[in-house]
Amino acid sequence: MNSTESNNSNILAPTKRLRQRYRAEKWFKRLGLSAIALSLAFIAFLFFTIFSDGYTAFRQTYIQLDVHFTAEEFAQEKLANADYPGLVKEAMSTMFPEVTGRQEKRQLYSLISPAAAYKLQEMVEANPKIIGTTQKVWVLADDDVDMLMKGKIDRNLVESNRRISDNQLAWIDSMIEEQRLEKRFNKTFFTTGDSREPELAGILGAAKGSFLTLLITLSLSFPIGVASAVYLEEFAPENKWTDLIEININNLAAVPSIIFGLLGLAIFINFWGFPRSTPLVGGLVLTLMTLPTIIIAGRASLKSVPPSIREAALGVGASKMQTVTHHVLPLAMPGMLTGTIIGMAQALGETAPLLMIGMVAFIVDVPAGITDPSAVLPVQIYLWADSPERGFTEKTAAAIMILLTFLIAMNSLAVFLRKKFEIKW
Amino acid sequence: MVEIYCLQSSVIINFYTGLTMYSYLLPCILLISAASYFWGTSRANTVAEAAGGIRSLHSLPSHYGMFTVLSSAIPALLVFILWRLLEETFVISLVTKSLPPELQQLSANEFTLILNEMKNVAYGGFGTHNTAPAVQIAADLYVATRNWTRNLAGVTTIICAIIPAIIAYRSIDKDLRARNLVEGTVKVFLIGCSTVAILTTLGIVLSVLFEAIRFFQSVAVTEFLFGLKWSPQIAMRVDQAGSSGAFGAVPVFAGTILIAFIAMSVAIPVGLLSAIYLSEYASPRMRTWAKPMLEILAGIPTVVYGFFAALTVAPLIRNIGESMGLQVSSESALAAGLVMGIMIIPFVSSLSDDVIHAVPQSMRDGSLGLGATRFETIRFVIIPAALPGIVGSILLAVSRAIGETMIVVMAAGLAADLTFNPLKAVTTVTVQIVTLLVGDQEFDSPKTLAAFALGLLLFVFTLFLNFIALRVVRRYREQYE
Repeated sequence: MNSTESNNSNILAPTKRLRQRYRAEKWFKRLGLSAIALSLAFIAFLFFTIFSDGYTAFRQTYIQLDVHFTAEEFAQEKLANADYPGLVKEAMSTMFPEVTGRQEKRQLYSLISPAAAYKLQEMVEANPKIIGTTQKVWVLADDDVDMLMKGKIDRNLVESNRRISDNQLAWIDSMIEEQRLEKRFNKTFFTTGDSREPELAGILGAAKGSFLTLLITLSLSFPIGVASAVYLEEFAPENKWTDLIEININNLAAVPSIIFGLLGLAIFINFWGFPRSTPLVGGLVLTLMTLPTIIIAGRASLKSVPPSIREAALGVGASKMQTVTHHVLPLAMPGMLTGTIIGMAQALGETAPLLMIGMVAFIVDVPAGITDPSAVLPVQIYLWADSPERGFTEKTAAAIMILLTFLIAMNSLAVFLRKKFEIKW
Repeated sequence: MVEIYCLQSSVIINFYTGLTMYSYLLPCILLISAASYFWGTSRANTVAEAAGGIRSLHSLPSHYGMFTVLSSAIPALLVFILWRLLEETFVISLVTKSLPPELQQLSANEFTLILNEMKNVAYGGFGTHNTAPAVQIAADLYVATRNWTRNLAGVTTIICAIIPAIIAYRSIDKDLRARNLVEGTVKVFLIGCSTVAILTTLGIVLSVLFEAIRFFQSVAVTEFLFGLKWSPQIAMRVDQAGSSGAFGAVPVFAGTILIAFIAMSVAIPVGLLSAIYLSEYASPRMRTWAKPMLEILAGIPTVVYGFFAALTVAPLIRNIGESMGLQVSSESALAAGLVMGIMIIPFVSSLSDDVIHAVPQSMRDGSLGLGATRFETIRFVIIPAALPGIVGSILLAVSRAIGETMIVVMAAGLAADLTFNPLKAVTTVTVQIVTLLVGDQEFDSPKTLAAFALGLLLFVFTLFLNFIALRVVRRYREQYE
């Protein structure tokens, strides 16, 4: 009875089973959407963490000192031999004359970065006339003071758990009141190389090393990659050798990057004697790594050129080489350029193979050429992330921000070029 | 032997430093090449006029120009490269002959020392107080010999550039098949470039294999593959304490598998579900912005992920664990595995997306036509059809997880612990390779060579995985095309 009633009333009314199925469908759709949302949340969390750790690195704490460049200090001939650290210490003592006792004095002097003495030396060497005068000089504060001013050292902790003692806190507060302590834009970060002191560390050395390495990578991998792609796609006969080369290239594209580092170490450095830790060897290793990417992208873009172009050129009497160089290659060039830029962006972020060839050393000077020892930006990030000083955390995050900016710029350039120049056949 | 090795190693150094010192030579070759091009082209044009137009020539005038350029540049560059490679050996042998006899009879090591001292004096006047006068004379002789041999080589190179150019110029004739010659040379160059990939693989295999074989001469293969204790220490002195090494790699493999397992358990669900949603449910507009966003995850350098794992995720996990009363290491496998999983999501998702797209629309339409919901279509029709491809993409992702270095170097530990507890610190193959080679042991000791043995295993295993994965994906694509 019941079944015929429900049958007659409305056969389109959903049964329990149908409702279950629709509900399962709805939940599955939500699950898929939440998977995507989870991935986007990871990205957002990552960027937020990096940004919040790093944005403070773009400002640096400076302290104003009244330095007396007394004539007796510069009595001897060479300006470089004068006791510049002594001048700094004297300026601090004059500011806080009540400080006595060795421990306290040492605490007082440690508020200023060791770079202050070099700054005074530069001032005197640039303008010797200031000897005998008193100058107001803004010098870098020590990284502990910097961390305190950026809120990374908690004032409320017990003194023995803090890196800033109570005395130092009192002096810092009084300097703030006298407006002798302020935060300025951190120019040092962009103009110096690495350093053991966090307040003096900069990325110029690593940035220049990255630039030189990428220059060598680009100038080697682009011609060789395009040449290989052209040969494999246009000229190679269909035999087992070309099959072997193709399988080889596909496998090389998936080999872990550290293996290329082992190759560079064993052959370039040990067997052939290239100098360690230079952009030359780094560029060679990265060339070998990006070559498969460029070849695969190049072959794809050559394959996308329709055969009618080739046949038309051959039909008017061009040779095979002329067809390729004058007709096919220019049409495939946008795709090849896009693949190259993406390959370069991957090479910029590579660290593991460069660690193997020795770029893990502590290099202070900015490299001048491709045979000077240098670091690259990702390796610099790795080295700073390993350092125990708290001041390096924000520097690492700031360097990551700069690296990500470069990468986003390169990838956006690739996408822009692809949209603008790609021809859809 | 040592002398020859030092000479050989300084050959390449000399090669590139020579490029800067010889900076006048390469621009000369370039200039001569440019001039040859114009000469050749104009000569071809004159020949053509005499014979009645360009049509009577076999090739275009620019081909004749290119022919002249190649015949002048290639011999010159070959001579230049040959000279750079042989210069050091040649000059040293000339200088050695003129040294006093007692210096010539020194043992190989001492002779190399004398040579180095001589070179230091010659290059920068870094002589010590007790530089023997014989060495000083040898240094001056070295500089003088090097200069005159270089001048000789420079002249030879220029001659090798000019004479072939003149010969080529004279041979330009309307029947000369310049185009074939030029295109044949270019083709040889293209073939040479294509073999770079083969040479790379050969280089990887040889370099890793040689050093690994040297390692297996000190440590037995069975001990390496099946031993349970990994503590790579080698005594630097005979009586050094704590110097016994154990090279059993099983804990290292276990660590790699544990972290890869945690990574895949994050990446597979999220990646696969994202791929299914994007290919089945998402509107085209959503696809255009959601796919690039997922690709961002793949474009972030792994060192950034390592920093994130070490500074944010690991302390977070430790705090959560300690609030639940668990004993969590600060370098837990869970932290490294989670972040690695996040990194691998785009690999699984974009490869699976391609594979799911490749399933023919007719199968979807058939299933929907029979009244299945989209979920049921996916579950019963599409996933089984796309399964080989999905498995292939998962295998590729696993190979990526195993070969990943920076995340584990920064977030996972160094001590090899044979455990499957994700809250403890484990080490992986790549971390051990980095630690062993960035350390301070000499290159020949078994400790550093162990890194190459690990590298060999890593290479073979990932090659195997990639090979299977690529075969599966390719066969699956053929099935549906």
